[in-house]
Amino acid sequence: MIDVKNLTKSFGSHVVLNNISQHIYPGEKVVVIGPSGSGKSTFLRCLNLLEEPTSGTITFDGVDITDPKVDINAVRRQMGMVFQHFNLFPNMNICDNITLAPVQTGLMKKDEAVEIAHALLKRVGLDDKADAYPAQLSGGQKQRIAIVRALAMKPKLMLFDEPTSALDPEMVGEVLNVMKQLADEGMTMVVVTHEMGFAREVGSRILFIDGGQVQEENSPEEFFSHPKNPRLQDFLSKVL
Amino acid sequence: MNVDQLYETLSQIPKTDLAMWQDVFLKFYRAWFAEDRWLNYFEGLVTTIEVTIIALIIGVVLGVLVAMIRTAHDQQRPGTHNFVLGFLNGISQVYVTIIRGTPMMVQLMIWGFVIFATSRNFTLVGALGLGVNSGAYVAEIIRGGLMSLDPGQMEAGRSLGLNYIQTMRFIVIPQAFKAILPSLGNEFIVLLKDTSLISVIAGKEIVYAARAIGARTYEYMFPFVITAIMYLIMVLIFSWLQGKLERRLRRSDRR
Ligand SMILES: Nc1ncnc2c1ncn2[C@@H]1O[C@H](COP(=O)(O)OP(=O)(O)OP(=O)(O)O)[C@@H](O)[C@H]1O
Ligand SMILES: [Mg+2]
Repeated sequence: MIDVKNLTKSFGSHVVLNNISQHIYPGEKVVVIGPSGSGKSTFLRCLNLLEEPTSGTITFDGVDITDPKVDINAVRRQMGMVFQHFNLFPNMNICDNITLAPVQTGLMKKDEAVEIAHALLKRVGLDDKADAYPAQLSGGQKQRIAIVRALAMKPKLMLFDEPTSALDPEMVGEVLNVMKQLADEGMTMVVVTHEMGFAREVGSRILFIDGGQVQEENSPEEFFSHPKNPRLQDFLSKVL
Repeated sequence: MNVDQLYETLSQIPKTDLAMWQDVFLKFYRAWFAEDRWLNYFEGLVTTIEVTIIALIIGVVLGVLVAMIRTAHDQQRPGTHNFVLGFLNGISQVYVTIIRGTPMMVQLMIWGFVIFATSRNFTLVGALGLGVNSGAYVAEIIRGGLMSLDPGQMEAGRSLGLNYIQTMRFIVIPQAFKAILPSLGNEFIVLLKDTSLISVIAGKEIVYAARAIGARTYEYMFPFVITAIMYLIMVLIFSWLQGKLERRLRRSDRR
């Protein structure tokens, strides 16, 4: 579904991603872990070109999206993204947050979008919040809404950048549950997270990024029970 | 007894025999009622409001334009460099630097006595000078508002597949507008008060009227106090309206 070839990203002289090649298959749930500052967010943000790769190519459904001639907006419509700090639009109520993009990009009519928004909100248990403003919601609620907002575009792929890191511990579960549900429905997902339980339970493949490269990748069982890379062993001993 | 009769009576009395209040009354009468002079203030007031509105329109149009150019220039995808945008950005920077680096009064004199030295329409020239000045400040206010917004807002909009213009229109600009409204209001008040400066190039606003009346009566206290009160009332009315608007826009913040 996504093919990453020789992806390199540097900020000035600082090489953050060094020649990464990866392939993400439909239906996969790829979990990305690694120490802080190792480039996990940068990797994720390159996938929908929020960061411009310095070199290398990213092919999504057969289209090389790093080609400047490609309509990047059309590509992004098919990839949902969920941010650490939710990034809901504080100037709009929840319903408008969700329907803005589907309506403005011409994906659907307003009433259809509203209908879908309500259906999705029901699924995450927040239908009563449709008229609320983001400032009135808890962190966990905001993040569930942010997931709904991305889903309303009917994406083929969802990118999550530490979706639970900014949450109080008691709210982590409600967000992870929504993500698990999504995973069970077969959504292709790339998730940067520090939630090792989630990685083990939901991930179909785990990547360990450090020093600008994927140091190790494996199925969750192997990854956690027989880590080979010494840096990964060190990392796991700290977080587990 | 009405004011005219009172004035007639009192003006017969020799100046040295007048009580304090009688003297004050005479001065006020000459500054306000005599020869329907109050009309002159209100003519000046109308001009002041006209000049403010013309200058405001020029200022906002210029300000938005310059802010858009500079923000779009700064937010280009890294590595891309649009020549036209770079050129416009250069002009914008020079404009803002010159306007912010020179006194309002000197700018007005250059407009009135150099650039439009042959024009008779001093009021319009004054409005132009004020508008061009205000544009530079408005541009910096808007740019500051756009820059201060969490970049995550732009990213969220773009990640949903909205294009740059749509994201600006529905997400960034409404929030930036709310954030800069107090500074815009202040800038408007400064502009309103700065209209008094166009009297130096013979723009016929309130101060111009007040000075003319003072020159006729040899008494400047009341003309200028009246001028001050008129400005104060306008600013108070505006501040009240601004407060109302800000409270309305703050609705989405309630918890
Ligand atoms: N826009 C930028 N300009 C310059 N340097 C950047 C930029 N974005 C990220 N970096 C640098 O790139 C490196 C990787 O950042 P990144 O955010 O991808 O790390 P991360 O693995 O997501 O870390 P964390 O777990 O803290 O989120 C860091 O050293 C960071 O300072
Ligand atoms: Mg990160």
